[in-house]
Amino acid sequence: MAVNSVKKDENTALADKTKTILRLAKYLLNYKGTIFIVLLVIAVATAITLVNPLIMEYAVNVCIVNKDYEAIYRVVIIALILNLVLFGAVKARMYLMAKISNKILVTVRDELYTHLQKLGLKFYDSLPAGKILSRVIEDVNSLKGVLQDLVVTLLPQFITLSAVLVIMFIKNPILAAATLVSTPLLIAGLLYIKIKCSELWHTHSKKSSNLSGVIHEDISGMRIIQGFAAESETESAFDTAEKEHWESFRDAVKIGDLFNSIIEFTTMLSTVCMYYVAVKVLGITSASVGTLIAFATYAGMIWHPISQLGNLYTNLVRNVARANRIFEVIDTEPEVFDREGATELPEISGQVEFKNVSFSYDDKKGVLDNVSFTVKPGETIALVGPTGAGKSTIANLISRFYDIKQGQILIDGHDLTSVTVESLRKQMGVMTQDNFLFTGTIAENIRYGKLDATQEEIEAAAKAVNAHEFIMKLEKGYETELQERGAGLSVGQRQLLAFARTMVSMPKILILDEATSSIDTQNEILVQKGIAQLLKGRTSFVIAHRLSTIKNADRIFVVDHGRIVEAGSHNELMEKKGEYYNLCMAQAV
Amino acid sequence: MKKLIKYVLKHRFTYIFAILCLFIGTIADNIRPQLIKDIVDEVIEGGKPDLLPRLLISIAAIGLLRTFTQYFKEFLFDITGVKVGNEVRFDLFKHIQKLSLNYFDKANTGELLARLKNDIDSLAFGGVGFIIMLAIEILLHTGIVIYCMFGLSPKLAIFPLCVLPFGVALAIVLEKKLDTVYDNLSEENAEMNTVAQEDIAGVRTVKAFSRENYELEKFRRHNKKYYELSMKLSKVLVRYEPLFDLITRILPIGAILIGGRMVISGDISLGTLTAFVAYCDMLVWPMECIGWVSNEIASAFASYKKIKKVANEVPMIEAPADPVVLPEVKGSVEFDNVTFTLDNKDILKDISFSLPAGKTLGIMGATGSGKTSILTLLFRFYDANKGTVKLDGVDVKDLSLTQLRQSIAQVSQDVFLFSDTISENVRFGKHEGVSDEVVRKCLEMAQATEFVDNLSEKEETVIGERGVGLSGGQKQRISIARALAKNAPILVLDDSTSALDTETELEIQGVLNSLTDTTKIIIGHRISAVRKADEIIVLKDGAIAERGTHEELLALRGLYYETYCAQYGEVA
Repeated sequence: MAVNSVKKDENTALADKTKTILRLAKYLLNYKGTIFIVLLVIAVATAITLVNPLIMEYAVNVCIVNKDYEAIYRVVIIALILNLVLFGAVKARMYLMAKISNKILVTVRDELYTHLQKLGLKFYDSLPAGKILSRVIEDVNSLKGVLQDLVVTLLPQFITLSAVLVIMFIKNPILAAATLVSTPLLIAGLLYIKIKCSELWHTHSKKSSNLSGVIHEDISGMRIIQGFAAESETESAFDTAEKEHWESFRDAVKIGDLFNSIIEFTTMLSTVCMYYVAVKVLGITSASVGTLIAFATYAGMIWHPISQLGNLYTNLVRNVARANRIFEVIDTEPEVFDREGATELPEISGQVEFKNVSFSYDDKKGVLDNVSFTVKPGETIALVGPTGAGKSTIANLISRFYDIKQGQILIDGHDLTSVTVESLRKQMGVMTQDNFLFTGTIAENIRYGKLDATQEEIEAAAKAVNAHEFIMKLEKGYETELQERGAGLSVGQRQLLAFARTMVSMPKILILDEATSSIDTQNEILVQKGIAQLLKGRTSFVIAHRLSTIKNADRIFVVDHGRIVEAGSHNELMEKKGEYYNLCMAQAV
Repeated sequence: MKKLIKYVLKHRFTYIFAILCLFIGTIADNIRPQLIKDIVDEVIEGGKPDLLPRLLISIAAIGLLRTFTQYFKEFLFDITGVKVGNEVRFDLFKHIQKLSLNYFDKANTGELLARLKNDIDSLAFGGVGFIIMLAIEILLHTGIVIYCMFGLSPKLAIFPLCVLPFGVALAIVLEKKLDTVYDNLSEENAEMNTVAQEDIAGVRTVKAFSRENYELEKFRRHNKKYYELSMKLSKVLVRYEPLFDLITRILPIGAILIGGRMVISGDISLGTLTAFVAYCDMLVWPMECIGWVSNEIASAFASYKKIKKVANEVPMIEAPADPVVLPEVKGSVEFDNVTFTLDNKDILKDISFSLPAGKTLGIMGATGSGKTSILTLLFRFYDANKGTVKLDGVDVKDLSLTQLRQSIAQVSQDVFLFSDTISENVRFGKHEGVSDEVVRKCLEMAQATEFVDNLSEKEETVIGERGVGLSGGQKQRISIARALAKNAPILVLDDSTSALDTETELEIQGVLNSLTDTTKIIIGHRISAVRKADEIIVLKDGAIAERGTHEELLALRGLYYETYCAQYGEVA
């Protein structure tokens, strides 16, 4: 998947609609029993709706014409009872459907979210957060209507339509034929809309997603926007996104709104035909006026199901595009997952081995080129080298954020792909350059590393990384609520908290990817002392640029252009007078 | 943000035209039963077949007219609704951009996103678009139908007049009930949004701790709460909506009961009764829709309330009413006894320094000692509580905010890049004015060309949000190039080379030193970053603990010296 920016449309395919609808229908099948009841209730309701005009016809043609008061009362009471039953049926239908559709919504959202948790970083790297978010919230919500329609509209309206047609033909075939003369026109018109609209709504849903992406990114980057006084620039980008959003909507409704007009037009044709035929051909007289009126009511009833079915179709087209976006995510194969037969990684001692590992993020540009090394348990390894040389990649691979295509990575002799991801990462502590803190208290954030950590453990970890002091200076200490991403704390303080979070998990293998870059030197020394204490005998990988951090490592790997060009202790490498020596000399200036 | 009515009035002609179409269409619709009554009464019962063609032509004409009016009213309301929504969105966005950073420090991205996206969408549909059209149509249609019923038989029309107010009362009750449920629902929606958005943005952390299941549980709780609230909403609808349906069913039955007696007693004709029943049928759809319409309107106005709440936030930093605009910013910066407190915490205490144009200030100090806060005040993201911050001798509070911020180029600690091409990122903030050559040159100065050229599409490569896919050092270099491209008189580097390797850092420092006209403020933890500065200040707990040049500070044998020793070992 290529990286998608907020300004660009996503590459979602205009997938097979029938497939998507069937897939949605599958969710409904889980509620077979309830749906059966709903359909039964609808059948009762439909029957009553269909009988209503017959009752009216009887009341006019028989009771009123015969001046029979009692018959009128009887008819009215029957009608009232029937309609109260109808009232109950409508209630039952609404309640049951609300329950089913809301439940399915929860299920789909749950499935989507569960899958999102399984997806690897490659997926998250390729799609802006706002766009992923819009799938979880908006797209899922929009399914509600479709699900209800599928049950309440599709089958029942189809049956109503057929029933009305049958009644009409039984009552008077000639009149029925006259009324239906305009249907081919209707079908042609609806087909036209159907074909035109599906693509247009698809485009609109992409533009809508772009708009979400722009909003999300601008809000996240507000500090930069204001700092660059770039408000007018982001405004114009926002304006463009909005304009495209509106234009795509306009294009879609331009065609979509023809729908009611087409119905209006065909209704008109059929009304004219019906009365013309009734008077001129059939010569209807006053005796059968009741029949004509009932017939007209039925004729009116054709358009309702047709327009409902048409609306259902428009809604389907609109929302199937959204459903597709959800299913597309659910169908994305996680690139890192537990292989069949993957076993729990037993408690490890911390040996790490790379065997001829080559790696590329995008299958084009190689990042690591045939890297091999073995790290003994308890060793501290420093990775140094120019930015972009592949240091972070090595770190990412050890914790299996990405899977390799060539070579093998072994931990305590276990191939990474043969063990479960969770059992692996539970024993790893990774601190990246990106230290994300969650909204919640400081204690909660530290506890993230070990969910059952006691207050003592939390404080011990914070003390070890020298974060305790500044935490205690805050008004509420460990119970201070953090804002999003830890806003309000300095970058260095955030790094210390993230550090404490990693420490509390007591990992067997620790990976520090420039974990101390924003911490001042005094603190850094204290932090290092603290973790050295905690991590005695644990394997660690440290990526850093400061010499002071690197020097104490057992071995130093110098990485350049995806290969390890030098390895050895500080003294060994200094004697060698190679790359590392040059690096040290540069810093000492 | 203006009042909603102002946005609507801007499109008054479109709305008026659309409502006109709606009027014509609705009136035409109500003439139809009259024509049908004539066919029954005059042509069939009265035996006047010559009237038929005229009546049928009239029906056809009405149908044709409505074919057009229906389309226009729907299309216009649809597009204008979304347009007005987008205009509100744009102004809200502009307003949000003006809010001060203290607001963003506290507000949630997920929540703001919900306001700008979902709530405005709901307002566009239910508050100023399609649903309002339906509401007008329902009112008008019902009014005309009742008027026509009166025309047919005033006595018979009393019946629907007695029943319909129940419908209206129901709609009002429903709207009220829904309002509270929607408040809760949209609150929960924002909360769920926040959880999801944190998990997506913090995915690296979630994965590193293998906390997928933990996050899933957290999300599930919200998902469940959302379900419960949705069901609560549905229950309100289930209680009220079928009642509307019932009313419409009772109308024709009552008409037959009362009307039947009147026909028998000769008060009205059979044709009148059938027409009356037909009018009753015409009330079915408005009554069916009224529940849905109240529902959507309630949701739209619940959203509007939330939008207004954001719109009413006042920016803490107010741009001066009559700002000083300097003809040319030279770049001298002065802090005069500046004290800054935030949430009852002293952040900076009595800071003074004077940095002449073209000189360099180095700032060092422990984590959380207030280094970045100095920049925050210079940018006027916050205002100092005491003392003044001056640019070229003018208090920043009197300066035009735009000019002030345009005069300072910053490389921040926490690099934020936009999901766009590298060159667009470098150009950021000075979009039009930066040529491809300048972009290239800035990337070169920031030592970024080597890795950029290695990317598949070079400068035109799209990088992910926040620069995902790039290493920390690469992001920092693009951020440095972006600041250089701004070509501002003051350059501020906030610990901005921390992720760079030593060689690259040295090269970049060389480049920066060559910018002799630019005033520079450098915050760093490494001695190497600040040693060449004209003055270095060392902060401790928000106050200046030591100040001087590199040599002076070494001689002082204080905090600076300690740091030096820690980084380089004991040197004379």
